[in-house]
Amino acid sequence: MAEIMYREGLNRALLEEMRRDELVFIMGEGIAARGGSYKVTEGLLAEFGPGRVVDTPLAEATFTGAAVGAALVGTRPVVELLFVDFAPMTMDMVVNQAAKYSFMSGGQGTVPMVLRTQGGAGNGLAGQHSQSLEALFYHIPGLKVVMPSSPYDACGLMKSAIRDEGPVIFIEHKLLYMTKGEVPDEEFVVPLGKADVKRKGEDITLITYSYMTLKCLEAAELLAGEGVSVEVVDLRTLTPLDKETILQSIVKTGRGIVVHEAVKRGGVGGDIASMIMEEAYDDLDGPVARICGKNTTIPYNKNLEKVCVPTVEEIVEGILEMV
Amino acid sequence: MSKKTANKAAVAKEILHEMYRSICRTRSFELKCVELYRQGHISGYLHPYLGEEAIAAGVCAAIGRDSYITSTHRGHGHCISKGAILKYMMAEITGKATGYCKGLGGSMHISCRDDNNLGANGIVGAGIPIAVGAAMGLRVKGINQVAAAFFSDGASNNGTFGESLNFAAAFSLPVLFILENNHYAVSTPVEYSSGCCEFAKLGPAYGMVGVCVDGNDAEAIYVESRRAVERAQNNEGPTLIEAKTYRHGGHHVNDPGLYMDKELLAKWKEHDPQVILKKKISAATAKKIEAEVAEEIEEAVEFAMNSPEPSVEEFLAEIDN
Repeated sequence: MAEIMYREGLNRALLEEMRRDELVFIMGEGIAARGGSYKVTEGLLAEFGPGRVVDTPLAEATFTGAAVGAALVGTRPVVELLFVDFAPMTMDMVVNQAAKYSFMSGGQGTVPMVLRTQGGAGNGLAGQHSQSLEALFYHIPGLKVVMPSSPYDACGLMKSAIRDEGPVIFIEHKLLYMTKGEVPDEEFVVPLGKADVKRKGEDITLITYSYMTLKCLEAAELLAGEGVSVEVVDLRTLTPLDKETILQSIVKTGRGIVVHEAVKRGGVGGDIASMIMEEAYDDLDGPVARICGKNTTIPYNKNLEKVCVPTVEEIVEGILEMV
Repeated sequence: MSKKTANKAAVAKEILHEMYRSICRTRSFELKCVELYRQGHISGYLHPYLGEEAIAAGVCAAIGRDSYITSTHRGHGHCISKGAILKYMMAEITGKATGYCKGLGGSMHISCRDDNNLGANGIVGAGIPIAVGAAMGLRVKGINQVAAAFFSDGASNNGTFGESLNFAAAFSLPVLFILENNHYAVSTPVEYSSGCCEFAKLGPAYGMVGVCVDGNDAEAIYVESRRAVERAQNNEGPTLIEAKTYRHGGHHVNDPGLYMDKELLAKWKEHDPQVILKKKISAATAKKIEAEVAEEIEEAVEFAMNSPEPSVEEFLAEIDN
């Protein structure tokens, strides 16, 4: 076991997969010599050279489309999109091309590509560099959406994403890159579509993912002192969604809150809450609640930015209202 | 812009025959599709490649079976010239389970992976970066083949065009950008929507060779495409080929094309790709090819008409809710 940072977990996954399979290559803006804005691709150019670690022109639609083409001819591209906020420029390639090829070709081929990107508020970057846009991808049949919260999950899920027949949208969080956690020294993978119960509890279930997992765990720890036992389910992948783990937890606790940073309106929380109420209504002691980002553009001012995404206090209050 | 005169003497007889077969297959296939559409056997849109057949015939003969293509909503000709089997195409267009895409794609979205055809595309301009990526993937795999992107003058107004030309030129990727200038983006004339209507000039602007050819002369297209393939395989980068042509009708089968200049249309119809190439081969060969194609079309229609529709139950069972 070693304690490493989230970004190091991602780096290790890319390194191991590129060593394992020479058809894996990566491309993006400033990922080669610079090693990426968050150092996730550091050192890869030196080992694999410019043919497999490619700095692209600033042309998001085209390098995402190029990944589709490269995947169709049998390579396994991992594309880095600097911010998820830039995804709107790639949307035709993601929604109409990558997501649909396998279906519309009658299964003649797959698109084994990973689109790596990062989102989230908290760095004072304002409205065009702080969003949580996973719902856009979650809505599209044909895409897998991965949002890990720990170095272990980041590493293991990235490896699975690269090996998957894809396409996989892999969304990291800018506040997680420097967070630390333990990972085994030997090689491991984390399968897509499996949630992880990050904390066991009896009274209420928090269903969450990405950076909000850390806040939910903090809230659970605070409440443990007050005799409230909180279970925290980290989804890890939004599609495929691990309904089984969610429902098992709900059956046990009878209460649920979906917590995510993305704005509440049209967010995945509404969908998950509805799913629980459709499939486990009789096991519920009350309606499933949502604690989500406010329905606003993320402001630049630090104090304003803070109130737009769920805080530990809000989560604690939300739980206390229900138990 | 470099304008080179095609060295037509160098084109082998077999290549001329192959291209003539492609043109005949496309022409007959499209005419049959229009007929079936009128009879209600085809749903959705149908964008005939009538009048533009020589471009796909010439390019596909030049790049060969192992190279990749991306195509467009007006893609039947590309698919056919790359080697598609007509009965599976016809079955796809009529929505049958035996079609190339099991009836899930239809006219605008035929892929044929056996022929390295990465697919037609319902989104104008979308195939261009996919071809660039295919070329990139070929390089990663160490395969010295090319990828050709077919697209239209309309697509050249899209951002993916400029981005892709820059991307391919920056990395010297083995791509043939085949700009089919049929003079209309749906109904909008090219002069209305483009600041520079001499598209071949955009090649050098992006750092690659740009050539302009008569898009109705399969032989000329073949010669320029071969030159482009040789440059690409010698690591001399991509080529932009502007092939000037004209649709024989409106944008799709239900568009009468009333906005098209009648005299100009008549002129282009006389300058017919099939007629032009037919003059370059023997009458006996032409006759033989035409007869074989007619039989192939008949078989394709019969196969499509007798094929089952996809099962609704099986389809629903596969959806994960």
